Amino acid sequence: MIRVVLPAHLRTLARVNGEVTVDVDGPVTPRAILDALEETYPVLRGTIRDHVTLKRRPFLRFFACEEDLSHDPPDTVLPKAVATGDEPFLVIGAMAGG
Amino acid sequence: MSTVRVLVGTRKGAFVLTADGRRERWDVSGPHFGGWEIYHLKGSPADPNRLYASQSSGWFGQIVQRSSDGGKTWETVDNKFVYDGVPGTHQWYDGTPHPWEFKRVWHFEPSLNDPDTVYAGVEDAAMFRTTDGGQTWHELPGLRGHGSGRFWAPGAGGLGLHTILLDPKNAQRMFIAISAAGAFRTDDGGATWAPINKGLKSEGIPNPTAEVGHCVHRIAMHRSRPDVLFMQKHWDVMRTDDAGDSWREVSGNLPTDFGFVIDVHSHEPETIYVVPIKSDSEHYPPDGKLRVYRSRVGGNEWEPLTNGLPQHDCYINVLRDAMAVDTLDSCGVYFGTTGGQVYASADAGEHWSAIVQNLPPVLSVEVQTLQ
Repeated sequence: MIRVVLPAHLRTLARVNGEVTVDVDGPVTPRAILDALEETYPVLRGTIRDHVTLKRRPFLRFFACEEDLSHDPPDTVLPKAVATGDEPFLVIGAMAGG
Repeated sequence: MSTVRVLVGTRKGAFVLTADGRRERWDVSGPHFGGWEIYHLKGSPADPNRLYASQSSGWFGQIVQRSSDGGKTWETVDNKFVYDGVPGTHQWYDGTPHPWEFKRVWHFEPSLNDPDTVYAGVEDAAMFRTTDGGQTWHELPGLRGHGSGRFWAPGAGGLGLHTILLDPKNAQRMFIAISAAGAFRTDDGGATWAPINKGLKSEGIPNPTAEVGHCVHRIAMHRSRPDVLFMQKHWDVMRTDDAGDSWREVSGNLPTDFGFVIDVHSHEPETIYVVPIKSDSEHYPPDGKLRVYRSRVGGNEWEPLTNGLPQHDCYINVLRDAMAVDTLDSCGVYFGTTGGQVYASADAGEHWSAIVQNLPPVLSVEVQTLQ
């Protein structure tokens, strides 16, 4: 079970509170987590990564285990603590606003 | 008694304002989709309780919301806008080719007779259509495919397709406008398009009378006379009587002919409204006075309408999609400002009042007259 933390606006959009969880078969990578997330919550398609290129949207970041993983290739295997659910995979909206 | 519903899109959410036909007491519902930019929301003429809203964010991209109960509840529908084929390039600000990239929906125009069919004007400029209530969107590629597409360049606000007018007498004919490419018309339901910019003169482009490249801000039509169009261009208020084949300037005695909005009285096809803005480098009313100007003769002769509008220290703007009219016997006129007010007149512009204040900056105003 993978724990995922979403920005507030995406939690509202997906109609969830707090963390969400997804299951991933095989290696736990950003792509696998986002595939599972979008399968569970189709409304999130296009909001985290582009519909066609599947590239991360520019103002979002992926963090886990106190590391910025945003620039890693999408098939990079994430730390074991994410795969075991000890640490969440965080989708972060860039801070902005004065 | 009739009911009026005003749909307001703002920088931070959507608001739905309702009143009875007297238009004196307004109920405000919202914000819907708080924190998101709502470029536009509009109801279906065929089913007024069917609404479509463009919800977008610099962080999370485009969402499309649909309501089937007049805005009380909403559901998300498809947000996938993919250009047809190989997108190609348009011209960037520096003159270099730039790949076409979808950014947001600027405007929804529901079909006149089918609540499931909606046209979407998007940035980078293109037109999409759904025929299944928003479950899928498909580009009408003939517009971008017009030979001039690679020369289109964005205005300061982006390369947006912001105006869609459906001809009520000819289902095959539509008019659209793009900043900063100009106006286009289709006579075959959107398969092919032709620029209709003859007569426009824009000093800010290399060839002031070029076929494309004009920064058209808004076009308006009266449903009884679809061959007569009124245009607020970047500078200049224009008119055509031949469905865009030729335009002539009708700025007349306006204090400035820069502005964004233009609309037509619902019962008087020669009565039109604009809100003059000082200049393209000072996006606020001249002299700090918010004045709607009305022409009752189709342009050239304009009168200021000020009763109830701030006449000093007013430095707001009124954006291109932020004026609309109702269809009650005494025509109501509505517009929203970047200062968060929505002003309304229940007597065709003679008297104005703010029906809501202190909203986020208003991006769009649409009005539904419900029986």
